[in-house]
Amino acid sequence: MRHIVMGDEAVAQGALDAGISGVYAYPGTPSTEITEYIQKYKKEHHLDIHASWSTNEKTALEAALGMSYAGKRALVAMKHVGLNVAMDAFMNMAISGIHGGLVIAVADDPSMHSSQNEQDSRYLAHFAKIPIFEPSNQQEAYDGVRHAFNISEQLELPVLLRLVTRLAHSRSLVTFNVPDKQNEKSFIPNIDRFKMIPSKARPQYDKLVAKTQVLRSCAEESPFNQLSIGHDFSLGIVASGIAYNYLMENFEHNKCPYSVLKLSQYPLPYEQLKYLNDTCKQILVLEDGYPFIEEQLHDFFGNNNKVIGKLTRHLNRTGELNPDVVAKALGLKEIVNVEVPAFVQPRPPQLCEGCGHIDTFNALEEIQKIIGNKQIFGDIGCYALGALPPYNIISTLIDMGSSITMAKGAADAGVFPAIAIIGDSTFTHSGMTGLLDCVNDNAPVTIVISDNSAIAMTGGQDSSALAKLKNICLGLGVEPKHVRIMEPLPKNHEKNVALLKEEINYKGVSVIISQRACVRLPIDRKKIAKELSYV
Amino acid sequence: MTTNIILAGVGGQGVLTVASILDLACLNNGLFFKQSEVHGMSQRGGVVYSHVRISDDVIYSDIIPLGHADVILATEPMELLRYLPFLKKDGWLLTDSETFENIANYPQKERILDTIKTFPNHMIIDASEIAQKIGNAKASNLVMLGVVSNHIPIKERALRAAIKSLFDKKGDRVLELNLKAFDAGREYAMELV
Ligand SMILES: Cc1ncc(C[n+]2csc(CCOP(=O)(O)OP(=O)(O)O)c2C)c(N)n1
Ligand code: SF4
Repeated sequence: MRHIVMGDEAVAQGALDAGISGVYAYPGTPSTEITEYIQKYKKEHHLDIHASWSTNEKTALEAALGMSYAGKRALVAMKHVGLNVAMDAFMNMAISGIHGGLVIAVADDPSMHSSQNEQDSRYLAHFAKIPIFEPSNQQEAYDGVRHAFNISEQLELPVLLRLVTRLAHSRSLVTFNVPDKQNEKSFIPNIDRFKMIPSKARPQYDKLVAKTQVLRSCAEESPFNQLSIGHDFSLGIVASGIAYNYLMENFEHNKCPYSVLKLSQYPLPYEQLKYLNDTCKQILVLEDGYPFIEEQLHDFFGNNNKVIGKLTRHLNRTGELNPDVVAKALGLKEIVNVEVPAFVQPRPPQLCEGCGHIDTFNALEEIQKIIGNKQIFGDIGCYALGALPPYNIISTLIDMGSSITMAKGAADAGVFPAIAIIGDSTFTHSGMTGLLDCVNDNAPVTIVISDNSAIAMTGGQDSSALAKLKNICLGLGVEPKHVRIMEPLPKNHEKNVALLKEEINYKGVSVIISQRACVRLPIDRKKIAKELSYV
Repeated sequence: MTTNIILAGVGGQGVLTVASILDLACLNNGLFFKQSEVHGMSQRGGVVYSHVRISDDVIYSDIIPLGHADVILATEPMELLRYLPFLKKDGWLLTDSETFENIANYPQKERILDTIKTFPNHMIIDASEIAQKIGNAKASNLVMLGVVSNHIPIKERALRAAIKSLFDKKGDRVLELNLKAFDAGREYAMELV
């Protein structure tokens, strides 16, 4: 039987059928649905697996490693920038190796549909020297995850499963296969490789480097890398992941005249590429994201221009691929289109009517009138819309948690007052450590935690911060009289502005918890939030 | 043969519900399909669109190439125009007539409708009004689905079954209203043809 699933869900079902004992994840578009699917499945099938949200991507990845250490299979899911947060664990677990299969599903976002950047996770896996699996369609996502768990255990390495938005958020029909059982708990006989002190890490690292050849043969033999031989040798094509679809879209009935290497498993398979190189006059590389394959094949001095793609401007250097840019790179006829009339305006998303962030912004606006518009450091979440009109409250937005630490650095540079605005989930994700820095230096910063009792931006997931913010701040050493609570409601405007004014004038750390549940939460969760609130 | 449909609208108008109905109907009809979507964050009022591709054969790209959409179906007229570069020569433009003006520089409604009228194959439908009359103002998306049902290779029966299975959990009343909206859309389109 075939099922309707989106790419994310195919990954989730594949992992479930591969017998995972847990998924560890922090939400992030376009990866969120992987974990949500497993959570729902767990509930419906009364499964005994871990599926609740982690506090951030690093805690997620490390917990998954712990599960793997205990012999069981674990899936990790995150958006591309999440891997930056988890990078320390990521690099080192490649060296220690894993025990139970461990697959890290990372969803990249070329064209930045909902992200700060379009970084390409394949570089990070390459850096860590681990295999990459990059599916081209939903069925391959399902089959590929299962394959990835198998090679992970076989090679004793984590495997990175790379998705891109267009696959993660696209639905199609997928056939599920017979599920595997969960692994039994087990330890490896000699656990020395997990003790990464220099004397033990060095031989482990040598082992990892020596594995490169094995990984390469593994990719060469992979059923997911397929070389098809054409009849026109003026061009050979390497098409990875969903770029393969954009290629085939341009030829009716599957009839591409060129030899094509359809690539889904890395490191790059030597033999197949050598064949293309030996038989074809030019090699066109089609890949969604950065020119990762192209850079490896490209000749540095550009003497022969044999390899073409993004670096040679045959394809767009930034932004995602699509069937049209691929058609152009193939020299196919372009369709002349109707243009979008100039009067059509962009329609950015807006904060929901009645959203508490709006009232927090309105109060901050009064402060902005006094201090100008360059001293409010922002963060990521629904409230990031405060960076745009009509609010224009937030001056910076870089990475999760940076509002607090940037405000601190600016305060160190003499900026006063320096204000940070951060969401509850972003605060527990990456804000707490920065707050400790502020406390230790008694930095004159005012931190507004806009607490809506949810991870709202990605769909209202449970926030690790629920009912804990006050104690966290006190525990980190913020003076009790400078941990303030306000309720962002229009009727409290004057009161809230007065409170903010008091705290920005204080030459030390103050935290204002501006607390009201996200209006989009279901009633039962709003009720819980209300019961647990400080207001 | 592949039929390419772009669904367009504003967050909260039920564009993705229409996409789900089409998916289900394809499954029941034994057709291949791919349906990709881009939606804003949780917040309201941003652009939402979906590419739906339906075929009796394998489909490669999740996104429709420019100039290949057989139909652009919109729950809001300005959103329709945003995807014009995808329209096939002789493709159909179908939209609800009601604008959703949540931005300061929203263009003049007349200008939008006049532009749509310059295309030979267009239908501007008072879907919101029809839905309102039926007693479910939110069902304008289902009215639009009814309108488009004659332009796609899915049988009416399969669409109905899909609507049923999607709204079944929400109770008889909601299901009834949505089916009524779908029928009203179908009737309206027949009259126009
Ligand atoms: C490292 C990283 N992980 C995940 C994300 C996606 N993301 C950005 S902010 C955010 C959480 C927002 O929650 P919160 O701070 O509570 O603000 P809210 O949206 O509820 O207003 C998420 C999941 C990201 N941008 N970067
Ligand atoms: S989803 Fe919640 S937090 Fe986000 S804009 Fe809407 S009400 Fe505000």
